[in-house]
Amino acid sequence: MCVGVPSKVIKLEEDRALVEVMGSKMYVGILFVPEVKINDYVLLHAGQAMTIINEEYARESMEEWRKIIDGQHGTLF
Amino acid sequence: MDSMAPFSDPVLSKQSAEAVIHLAKQYIQLTGRKPVFMEVCGSHTMALAKTGVKTRLKDYVRLIAGPGCPVCVTDQKTIDSMISLSKESGRILCTFGDMMRVPGSKHSLLEAKTEGKDIRVVYSPLDSLQIAEENPDKEVIFLGIGFETTIPLLAAAIQEAELRGLTNFSVWMTTKLVEPVLRALLEAGEIHLDGFLLPGHVSVVLGKESYSFLAEEYRMPGVISGFEPVQLLSSIYKLLQLCLENKSEIINDYPYVVSESGNASAKSLMSKYLQPANEVWRGIGAIPKSGLVLKENYQTFDAKNKFKIHVDPPRKTKCRCGEVIRGLAVPEECILFNKACTPANPIGPCMVSSEGTCAAHYHYMREE
Repeated sequence: MCVGVPSKVIKLEEDRALVEVMGSKMYVGILFVPEVKINDYVLLHAGQAMTIINEEYARESMEEWRKIIDGQHGTLF
Repeated sequence: MDSMAPFSDPVLSKQSAEAVIHLAKQYIQLTGRKPVFMEVCGSHTMALAKTGVKTRLKDYVRLIAGPGCPVCVTDQKTIDSMISLSKESGRILCTFGDMMRVPGSKHSLLEAKTEGKDIRVVYSPLDSLQIAEENPDKEVIFLGIGFETTIPLLAAAIQEAELRGLTNFSVWMTTKLVEPVLRALLEAGEIHLDGFLLPGHVSVVLGKESYSFLAEEYRMPGVISGFEPVQLLSSIYKLLQLCLENKSEIINDYPYVVSESGNASAKSLMSKYLQPANEVWRGIGAIPKSGLVLKENYQTFDAKNKFKIHVDPPRKTKCRCGEVIRGLAVPEECILFNKACTPANPIGPCMVSSEGTCAAHYHYMREE
């Protein structure tokens, strides 16, 4: 039930946004992300954008994890 | 989204699993037993099974499904009440698809619909407002189940109904909160846990800080996780690190989605319309202040207040969903699993729900 789908905001209207999700376009509510901007990625749940996904943090987390996997943290493996 | 794609990369997933196993072996060597982690979210339960992470780690890490699937924790009496609610004419019941096949004592909502009752599956609680506007001579009731991810949407629907002046719309509230059930599990002490894999989507609303009680009061570590294989393995890895270092901390391993304090707009809307109330959890019983109901001023939107429903005590079955939810049994230990109880003919909600532990085991972990 707690399904979250990442989607890109392509158009903003008063209380809703047009998003692109897996190739389809749909309108969603933006009640919980009033600060959202065009080209932001949002996580959808039951027709509402619940949060804005921070791409920079996502990349940083990925890099951090790759370093751990690659053993660059030294003492792990 | 491009930056999220590597989280399901198969090569990185394989390497990640090896890294987790490496650390788990250290833990086993140190303690003489496997570490035991509980995933609180039903979507985690399904993702761990579907991606093969649970099977890959089974000899090194014990992953237990907790009470995080909203359909699974909805008690039998509530389901019977919802079905009973549909029987009067002049009512339209709206619900999420997951609820349709959950068996009550005698019927499911799907069977009631087959018998001609007006029960509709909607994508969002807000969709039911449109149905209420189109059917002014009927009462439209939304079956409001869910955790903190879904509860703000119920509050949003009530706000919108108030703005539109709808008098034929109400919500049958049976919501569940994460903190009280985690406290109840830890206080009961029925199961030994070394840490929690904390729910990614519930945490979008709650924020990392809402879990500080686990570390501060129970000395229990927790890691907030995403749902792709690399995200799950990274979070399990970090849990293992905390355990090996004997640290009871909460780590946000999903920081690109979950913030420190959660979603202020969602929390504010919930507190405007809703207040804590005792809730009954399937297999666990009543937990004080573990759900949210409508405040006094908004009783016109409360279906429980509007429609008096009486149901008989639920019929007892051999279903062990209650123990599965508490981490005391795995689906394979239930005599009904994969015999009388299958996804095509479910006896209990853990087999019905797309996030249920029994369904996860049936679809992805069953040995033929």
